[in-house]
Amino acid sequence: MNIKRPYLVELLTAIALILAPFVLPWLGFSPSTINRILIWGLFGLGFDILFGYTGLLSFGQSAFYGTGGMFAAYLLTEANFPYVIVAIVLGAVVAGVVGYFIGLIALRRTGIYFAMITVAIAEVFFFVEFNPLSAYTGGENGLPGVPTPAFNIGFTVLKFGSDWTMYVFLAFWYFIGIVIALRIVRSPVGAILSAIRDNPLRAAALGHNIHGYKLTAFVVAAIYAGFAGGLLGTMQGFMPPDAFMFDTSGQLVMQTAIGGAGTLFGPLVGATVWLYLSDFFQNTLHLGATWKLVLGIVFVLLVVFLRRGIVGAIVDLCRVARNGTKAVEPVGFTTTGTASFDPAAIKPMPARRRGNGPASGPILHATGLSKRYGGLLANSDIDFSVDHGEMRGIIGPNGAGKSTFFRMLTCEVPPTSGKIVFEGRDITGKSVTDVCQLGLTKSYQINQLFDRLTVRRNLTIAALGETRGKFRLDLFKSLHNVVGLDEQVERTAALVNLTSRLDTPVSELAYGEKRRLEIGLALATSPSLLLLDEPLAGMSPRERIETVALLKSIARGRTMIIIDHDMDSLFELVAKVTVLQEGKVLVEGTPAEIKNNAKVQEAYLGGVHGEMA
Amino acid sequence: MINWANFISQCFNGLVTGALLALISSGLTIIYGTLGVLNLAHGAMFMLGGYAGWLAYSYTGSYLAAVAAGSLFVMVVGVVMERLIIRHFYTRPHEDQLLVTFGLGIVFVEAVRFFFGSLSQTVPPPAALAGITNLGFMIYPTYRLALLGIVAVALLVLYFVLYRTRIGMIVRAGIEDSVMVDSLGIDVHRIFMLVFGIGAMAAGFAGIVNAPVVSIAPDVGEAILVQTFVVVVIGGVGSFPGAIIGGLIAGEIISITSMFNPGYSYIMLFVAMTLVLVLRPHGLLGQAGRE
Repeated sequence: MNIKRPYLVELLTAIALILAPFVLPWLGFSPSTINRILIWGLFGLGFDILFGYTGLLSFGQSAFYGTGGMFAAYLLTEANFPYVIVAIVLGAVVAGVVGYFIGLIALRRTGIYFAMITVAIAEVFFFVEFNPLSAYTGGENGLPGVPTPAFNIGFTVLKFGSDWTMYVFLAFWYFIGIVIALRIVRSPVGAILSAIRDNPLRAAALGHNIHGYKLTAFVVAAIYAGFAGGLLGTMQGFMPPDAFMFDTSGQLVMQTAIGGAGTLFGPLVGATVWLYLSDFFQNTLHLGATWKLVLGIVFVLLVVFLRRGIVGAIVDLCRVARNGTKAVEPVGFTTTGTASFDPAAIKPMPARRRGNGPASGPILHATGLSKRYGGLLANSDIDFSVDHGEMRGIIGPNGAGKSTFFRMLTCEVPPTSGKIVFEGRDITGKSVTDVCQLGLTKSYQINQLFDRLTVRRNLTIAALGETRGKFRLDLFKSLHNVVGLDEQVERTAALVNLTSRLDTPVSELAYGEKRRLEIGLALATSPSLLLLDEPLAGMSPRERIETVALLKSIARGRTMIIIDHDMDSLFELVAKVTVLQEGKVLVEGTPAEIKNNAKVQEAYLGGVHGEMA
Repeated sequence: MINWANFISQCFNGLVTGALLALISSGLTIIYGTLGVLNLAHGAMFMLGGYAGWLAYSYTGSYLAAVAAGSLFVMVVGVVMERLIIRHFYTRPHEDQLLVTFGLGIVFVEAVRFFFGSLSQTVPPPAALAGITNLGFMIYPTYRLALLGIVAVALLVLYFVLYRTRIGMIVRAGIEDSVMVDSLGIDVHRIFMLVFGIGAMAAGFAGIVNAPVVSIAPDVGEAILVQTFVVVVIGGVGSFPGAIIGGLIAGEIISITSMFNPGYSYIMLFVAMTLVLVLRPHGLLGQAGRE
């Protein structure tokens, strides 16, 4: 978001909300339509955090909308509870609690499974409302007689009975809703949510408990839904049972997609378009029931042609207008005309010491490590030890099991048998997230970046894992207030020479730059043991030389294990080399010893099992 | 006290419902398995099958014509839908695929409502299968009994096509790894079109053969779609045997719970789904990594 004008969006929203009742009626909006738009917009704020920011498409939001609304309406009617706002807040809380438990089930799976499970859950809520709980919810009749809010402020009583006073009431809550949503989106949690959307596996590998954050987004969405449901009851004076219907969830999804997901304002804009068209088709064109068919067609066309919705299209247009044709050339390590890039001159990033074990002796010790995939034995009985501060190389022909070995060390896959001890701690069977938090991480052979985010955001997400631990609910803290974060990001960017590209989206980077960012992501977590899986792959000879210099520079005060096929570069870097062949350790030694080892030469130059000899 | 005659008859109902759900879910699951697209318009396909059949029946008066029309029409709709729209979505995110198929489902439902109204319609069973049959231990509607046989035959045909033919072998290979199939020189896009057509036809066929049991209405597919999802979650996505087992389990749960209180049938279905998700997150016969 914009740093220079921190409250611009909030200010513009407030102005728009104040102007709306003077402008919109001229365009043919009735006051009750405007009020309904606000409720859908508020409902959609939470949904957009869940879908647009976290990438979890739920078709079951009606469950929470209905639950919150029904709970508040029940309090206000059957239970004679006098305080409207308190009832609505309690409804939102109940929706949030329900959301927590539903989230525990639904978030066991992602993608289409998640979508299917949420559909099923929403349907269950619908039937529960209609049948077992009909004594409380009025079944198919709903709950009539929900009072409108009234506040006694001493000398007079503020009532929100008419359409326009209700508008003031709803606009106030929408404004509160957007302020909170903006804070969440701009918080460290917001950054991690967008990381989960773009690349959940890497987000987990950078030390974030992604399940916890997904559950957070789910609960936030449920609270927003519950609150909006409560507002619906008090606005209509009646809590309708169709709040629970699948159509409600569907309409929310469609409005958000029309308006643009991941923009916060998308659901509001989508609701405006949707409700306006539905009024227009029904009242002006007298289409009768056909309006839904026309809207359905409009929706399909929008999904096909306008991928990011209306708000997304406007944002894109603005960006094009502002940047014009200003294209940025990719930056190599040595840009022509400037001094050669020298990573050694940059202040090194020391590894953060997590444990309090001895800083000498073995940092990593694996014994009897094996991995079996069905009938394939990828690694068998590997004993491997690396000392503090060592630079170790691992080589081996393709299929030797090098990457599998790395995946076991970082706990991405559990070993079939064997034990891994890192800094005196047994990490066998731990999660990749925990291991990253302990100070062991990896840069991937195939880039695992957050493609839709900028370089700065990518590095921020990596650095957050180090500064915040694996899970923290600082939902309202600004990213700029995280101590040491900006410094960490900028220093990492300087080390991998991406300072001039900090605000470029990853999808626009050149391949070499992406490779450097890949290393940067691992580095930004301040690991004490850094694994690099083929860091030089795909680089030009010149980039290789410079990356080797970079690796030397980041090795200060850090242990590194490097897999690569570029032996000249590798032998220059490391003090000791382990050779893997067919899942076993073939030999270990200094580069000079390895170069002259007959077994290694045979492994690389043929002579399969000596049969060819 | 449980009325045993009633219990057995409900078990039979469960078998019929389960077989139908199995057929519809197989359609959904082979489409997802091969193309990677979850078709949220699948319920609408079921509905379209019923309506196309009903239309054919009202012109010809023939049950067989109705079944043929229902299945073939939906297959054509599926193929056209795949060619015109779905194929542009293979490279787009799952979320976009869900959105577009969801929108198409609405368009189908509303189009039917536009042409034929919201009132429910019925297709009578063929004369030979009307009435009731005395099975000795209970009396049961003849058509439902026949329906069990019809759906079982349809499932067998689907099984035969998938497991005993060349095309089926390619489709199953496509479920495992469609990129590999493509690189083996088989035009995977024609297979995609075919699979979408067959998958849609399974739903359409179910829609018309079920029409004599439950009257059809434009929104009849919605409930079916939800039940199909539960079936697929229980059985495991992309698994044909999983769809059948999941379908039978779901059918029995719905029927037996309905005997006590129909309002709880969805809740029990949900409990079963939750149990499976907790104990076997990938479904009874699903495989890890297919998501």
